Amino acid sequence: MAGPVLEMRSIVKTFPGVKALSDVTLTVQQGEVHAICGENGAGKSTLMKVLSGVHPHGTYEGDILFEGEVCEFKDIRASEHRGIVIIHQELALSPYLSLAENIFLGNEHAKGGFVDWRETLRHATELLRRVGLSDHPDTRVADIGVGKQQLVEIAKALSKKVKLLILDEPTAALNDEDSGKLLDLILELKKQGITSIIISHKLNEIRKVADSVTIIRDGKTIETLDVKAKETTEDRIISGMVGRDLENRFPDRTPHEPEEGSAPALEIRNWTVHHPIDQQRKVVDDVSLSVRRGEIVGIAGLMGAGRTELAMSVFGRTYGRYHGGTVLKDGKEIRTKSVPEAVKNGIAYVTEDRKHYGLNLIDTINRNISLSALGKVAKGGVVDEHEERQVAEGFRKSMNIKAPTVFEPVGKLSGGNQQKVVLSKWIFAGPDVLILDEPTRGIDVGAKYEIYTVIDQLAAQGKAVVFISSELPELLGMCDRIYTMAAGRLTGEFSREEASQESLMRQMTKDKEVSR
Amino acid sequence: MSTDVTAKTPAPAPPGKSGGAAGDGLLQLVMDGMRRNMRQYGMLIALGLIVALFAVWTDGDLLLPRNVSNLVLQNSYILILAIGMMLVIIAGHIDLSVGSLTAFVGAMAAVFMVKNDMPWPLAVLLCLAVGALAGAVQGFFIAYGGIPSFIVTLAGMLIFRGLTEIFLEGQTLGPFPEGLQKVANGFLPEVGPNTNYHNLTLLLGFAMIAFVVFQEFRDRRRQQEFNLDVPPFNLFLLKLVALGAAILTLTMLLASYKGAPIVLLILGVLLVGFGYVMRNAIVGRHIYAIGGNLPAAKLSGVKDKKVTFLVFLNMGMLAALAGLVFAARFNAASPKAGLNFELEAIAASFIGGASMSGGVGTVLGAIIGGLVLGVLNNGMNLVGIGTDWQQVIKGLVLLAAVGFDVWNKRKVGS
Repeated sequence: MAGPVLEMRSIVKTFPGVKALSDVTLTVQQGEVHAICGENGAGKSTLMKVLSGVHPHGTYEGDILFEGEVCEFKDIRASEHRGIVIIHQELALSPYLSLAENIFLGNEHAKGGFVDWRETLRHATELLRRVGLSDHPDTRVADIGVGKQQLVEIAKALSKKVKLLILDEPTAALNDEDSGKLLDLILELKKQGITSIIISHKLNEIRKVADSVTIIRDGKTIETLDVKAKETTEDRIISGMVGRDLENRFPDRTPHEPEEGSAPALEIRNWTVHHPIDQQRKVVDDVSLSVRRGEIVGIAGLMGAGRTELAMSVFGRTYGRYHGGTVLKDGKEIRTKSVPEAVKNGIAYVTEDRKHYGLNLIDTINRNISLSALGKVAKGGVVDEHEERQVAEGFRKSMNIKAPTVFEPVGKLSGGNQQKVVLSKWIFAGPDVLILDEPTRGIDVGAKYEIYTVIDQLAAQGKAVVFISSELPELLGMCDRIYTMAAGRLTGEFSREEASQESLMRQMTKDKEVSR
Repeated sequence: MSTDVTAKTPAPAPPGKSGGAAGDGLLQLVMDGMRRNMRQYGMLIALGLIVALFAVWTDGDLLLPRNVSNLVLQNSYILILAIGMMLVIIAGHIDLSVGSLTAFVGAMAAVFMVKNDMPWPLAVLLCLAVGALAGAVQGFFIAYGGIPSFIVTLAGMLIFRGLTEIFLEGQTLGPFPEGLQKVANGFLPEVGPNTNYHNLTLLLGFAMIAFVVFQEFRDRRRQQEFNLDVPPFNLFLLKLVALGAAILTLTMLLASYKGAPIVLLILGVLLVGFGYVMRNAIVGRHIYAIGGNLPAAKLSGVKDKKVTFLVFLNMGMLAALAGLVFAARFNAASPKAGLNFELEAIAASFIGGASMSGGVGTVLGAIIGGLVLGVLNNGMNLVGIGTDWQQVIKGLVLLAAVGFDVWNKRKVGS
């Protein structure tokens, strides 16, 4: 190795109210494949955005040295000009343009403002061959699979004379075969002298392709390990990712005593769901789980594990294509084919994405709270506005929603208060089972504690709670039982006593062995 | 115009030092309320200014009782369409077919009543059913077929216009039965002693004021029963006085001519009815919910497809009503009837506070928007501005109204 190609020194990046990166240092050697590891929200993607100029120079502190020179990128074009290309998780291809047009989009082979199709075709064919694709360059992007699209992205990067290729969770959306091909390509490019940074959760992948791995936690660099060294085991990486202390950030919970004999409030059996577009791909694969009244059951998993997809497909089939499985409520099979059916059967789903799926941001607090159960404040189809307002006022006080009146538009509230409105809405619907998807995402510590208290109270009232979260300490602090998911499958079940950050993370990073 | 009064009324003179604070608080409350509903109050004030401008410009001709009556009759069909269009736009859709549908229903009415001598009440019901069916078919394609409303109703616009010409064989058909004409052009009947005013209209006006006052008091008491905060009593009183004065002014104006046009009563019923549905009925809430955030509404258990379907069915029925009023007013069904009505109704909705992305707007807003356009039309006619410049000015008003809204939102930063 010929010394470092990239050095990022003491990077600090602050967003209003949040310190996303507090001190990150990253050194990447010339010609290596460098993996970056960390929990959801640790700051990996932010770091890559700083590097690629998405967050321009001046909005962060610290220095970036590329090939020994200090770089001050003001946008993506500037970093691409230097040969740093980032491929995001959501692919940035235009579906109805051809492969060739996509590869040279914004960077066309042209003569006097007109596209030189002959050169475009020649060069595209060459680049596609380099990434192992034999498709004709005139094929539309929409007509090839996600795996191939990922390769087209790399071809596009190669057209920009890439020196440092950054891949953000490149295999998250791919099946095993395509993942294998992609990883092989990364190794092939390495032979051609291209340095890569790969962000990944999948430890077996990291072991396959990476030379070294940097672990980031809570916006800080924890350590950089040599993957090829003997002592770098998967457990070693895991302990670096999770080593966070558990402070007293949770309400005291009396653990749930399971009553023998009675049927679980909610039981899911052999639930299988396929991706809505890529219908060959199993997103949820034969999952069976149960939750009892008064119990809080956690589901742990990393990005792409299929937790949200599981919850949404159970809640009125609002995600993907159903491919089998049953839902039982108190021991009896129920239909949950539509949201009204699920709600009628006493199931509520509190989304992870409150802005897009949880709230009507332009409407007021009271109207958002009542929406899923308007019948409760209405007679003969007519809403009693005063009763509705009284209900909302009640929640404003009991949930401590910080707003002058319940007539405030929800869009003006802070994240924590918005979350309380979504919770109020579903508590008002009066369900027996609440599925909470990342209920504390993006809210401050104080509001988190309040939400934990509410969840605890719900369980104490005899509701069954399913708690989906990426934050392991939160699951350990709140749950009676925790399931782990990885790549759409259930990979473990832990009692409160058995569960630890390490044991959970081990099951969460358990992927099928990458083929070959 | 009631808000105009509210805004200009100075806070009551402070009786003592503590009263001074209360007075300031009152003004504060009025200002707060106005800021929160900036768009609607803004349009009310704009309407007031436009009325004042033309009242001065025409030496008071605009506000002559006769002209006010005319204004209502001239704009009734656009206002009816605007109510339905407002619902469509709140739900996040658009309907381009209503102008053609208006003409088509007019043609059907002529075929029923002029060609086949059908009794007019039966024909009216049939026409409304035809409109509802037309709306339902379009709504079906939009809600259940997943075809964008812009496309479906653009197709409808062509289809209904073509069918109108086919049914009328390119000719103008008339006249309509007298009973129907009376509904569209007539006034409430004359009763009682001669008081120089139209008695029934006066009576109706007073009844309405009594009803409003009763409702407001009942509402206030109910709020207190639920232990909810109510606005201070003097503010409440101010609101009542403003509302009462507005109704009284309109009543006196109409009563000193031939009385209230029957169409005005129909409009009043539609305004109150649809206003109530949109505010208080579950289905109304669901319309706001699907327009405001469709995925969130679906995940809340709103039957979005059914609601969308109903919105278009309703639009079709209102278009039929507008078509009947239009045909009866001109006593003929013409292939060129209802030209550009859809655009007028859409403009009225946007001037009245609707948003391109849906989820926002009120039925009252649609009426205010329609009246802004109506008063502009009428006023410019009176002062002799040609239709060429009228269009230019109306275009500028639409641009200014929505531009103000966008600017105001950006300033607030929401």
